Amino acid sequence: MTVANISVSETPLVLYTLRRADDALILGHRLSEWCGHAPMLEEDMALANMGLDLLGQARELYAYAARVEGKGNDEDKLAYLRDARQYRNLLLLEQPNGDFARTMVRQFLYSTFADLYWRAMMRSGDATLAAIAARSEKESAYHVRHASEWIVRLGDGTEESHRRAQSAIDELWAFTGEMFAADDSERGLIEVGVAVDPAGLRAPWLKAVSEVAREATLDLPGNDWMQQGGRDGRHSEHLGHLLSEMQSVPRSFPGAAW
Amino acid sequence: MYTQALNTPDREDRCVEDAARAAQFQARIDAEERIEPNDWMPSAYRKTLTRQISQHAHSEIVGMLPEGNWITRAPSLRRKAALLAKVQDECGHGLYLYAAAETLGASREELVDLMLAGKAKYSSIFNYPTLSWADIGTIGWLVDGAAIMNQIPLCRCSYGPYARAMIRVCKEESFHQRQGFEIMLTLCRGTEAQKAMAQDALDRWWWPVLMMFGPPDKLSQHSDASTRWKIKRFSNDELRQKFVDATVPQAQFLGLTIPDPGMKQNEAGNWVYSAIDWEEFNQVIAGNGPCNRDRLAARRKAHDEGAWVREAAQAYAEKRRQRTALQAAE
Repeated sequence: MTVANISVSETPLVLYTLRRADDALILGHRLSEWCGHAPMLEEDMALANMGLDLLGQARELYAYAARVEGKGNDEDKLAYLRDARQYRNLLLLEQPNGDFARTMVRQFLYSTFADLYWRAMMRSGDATLAAIAARSEKESAYHVRHASEWIVRLGDGTEESHRRAQSAIDELWAFTGEMFAADDSERGLIEVGVAVDPAGLRAPWLKAVSEVAREATLDLPGNDWMQQGGRDGRHSEHLGHLLSEMQSVPRSFPGAAW
Repeated sequence: MYTQALNTPDREDRCVEDAARAAQFQARIDAEERIEPNDWMPSAYRKTLTRQISQHAHSEIVGMLPEGNWITRAPSLRRKAALLAKVQDECGHGLYLYAAAETLGASREELVDLMLAGKAKYSSIFNYPTLSWADIGTIGWLVDGAAIMNQIPLCRCSYGPYARAMIRVCKEESFHQRQGFEIMLTLCRGTEAQKAMAQDALDRWWWPVLMMFGPPDKLSQHSDASTRWKIKRFSNDELRQKFVDATVPQAQFLGLTIPDPGMKQNEAGNWVYSAIDWEEFNQVIAGNGPCNRDRLAARRKAHDEGAWVREAAQAYAEKRRQRTALQAAE
């Protein structure tokens, strides 16, 4: 017996909030996969910390999406009872952990964006989103610092760490364009001051990323082709596996509360 | 990457066993004074504590694995965050226990190497598998509950750094224990399938948890000196009995059946449990538990695959040091 998918009425504000909630949950889940397996105990602590921050953000965002939708969904239904096609996270965040360099590069590229994004969202006309943004910005500022320090250590560490960090940047670069895209649904919210236009964050993001990369003696790829689709539920093959693991218990026990 | 020992003891000097010093040391212990890292101590005391504290640290770190096994499958976001935070706490316990062991002159690196080589022990309980979500509740309720029974007396242990570490560990463990019990309570008040899951977990964990207190008093080899040194304040059997007496009413409250049909309450009110299968315990200690190989393999894999990261951090720190020195020279 399995528990079926819920349906969600994705009004622009619900969809917007779900997209950010999914970002936080999926990256938080990926970070939690490291727990007990990190290169050093201090990093087990740090990765779990960042994972916990993101899970906290996800819970607030899901709760808000459920409240705005008003159809009786809640944070757990939204997280556990939607399949991959219903998930709206950035493709970058569902990419597998790979080695430590891959995980840190993913974190670095995203957190540098998220920090700028949440800082701008603190001025959102939606009071709840502005409050979530204020909390998330504090957390992502720490994530940026932690990830940036590692990028520099790895890039300017040994030959092997440099090679691994460079390869991670090369592999993940094509997933960064999606962070700056906005569709019609989101554009409406941008026009009324509820959301910010991520396109405007591209230049400061590139500047921040370039500075760290330079210090790390790493090159940023020149390719312009960017993968898209996560925001519309067209994901990489990795997400389905993540979800089938994450959702396995609630999906298997109809009528259960945990 | 590992921190160095707090102080580098002059081993030669400290290892000279001197009857007058030994008597003075024992007098301090008897007067309930705390022994601190720079105090003189008999080498056997140092050795016993290094072994015990490092085994304790290894247990925290290996103990992250069975529970970590369910972080990605925790059935609600609240449970997922709580479990991740709990496993993170265990990592923190491991870190400050290694730090406590380092005050005795051992380094974290050499202690970890002994564990990875299979030469240092960790708690036998972590060699059992976590097969369902109810195992996470049971581990919090019973394994952490048993750990608290063991560790509360250690808060008064004669060695200062260990005693102080235990005070902090116990606070967090009792929070974990309540969290575990609450998971069990939710399952036991849930659907039939959830109740069955909870009972199955108790059936599998009960006897291994009783074994956590160590061999029966008549067979325990370390207890005598440890008792004299006030490292250990209660015997294995005493602690086991305290644990059983505290746990039976909790199981009754949950509506679960302890898998010991012969268990009876005596006139003094103690619950008398049936014979423990010490052969199983010995097999697990000898490396033949269901998960011994998996646990060590997972720790070795993390260590080996992390080597290039630790080397990079070291290489970078060295480059920075050289650059700073060069700038200073200019």
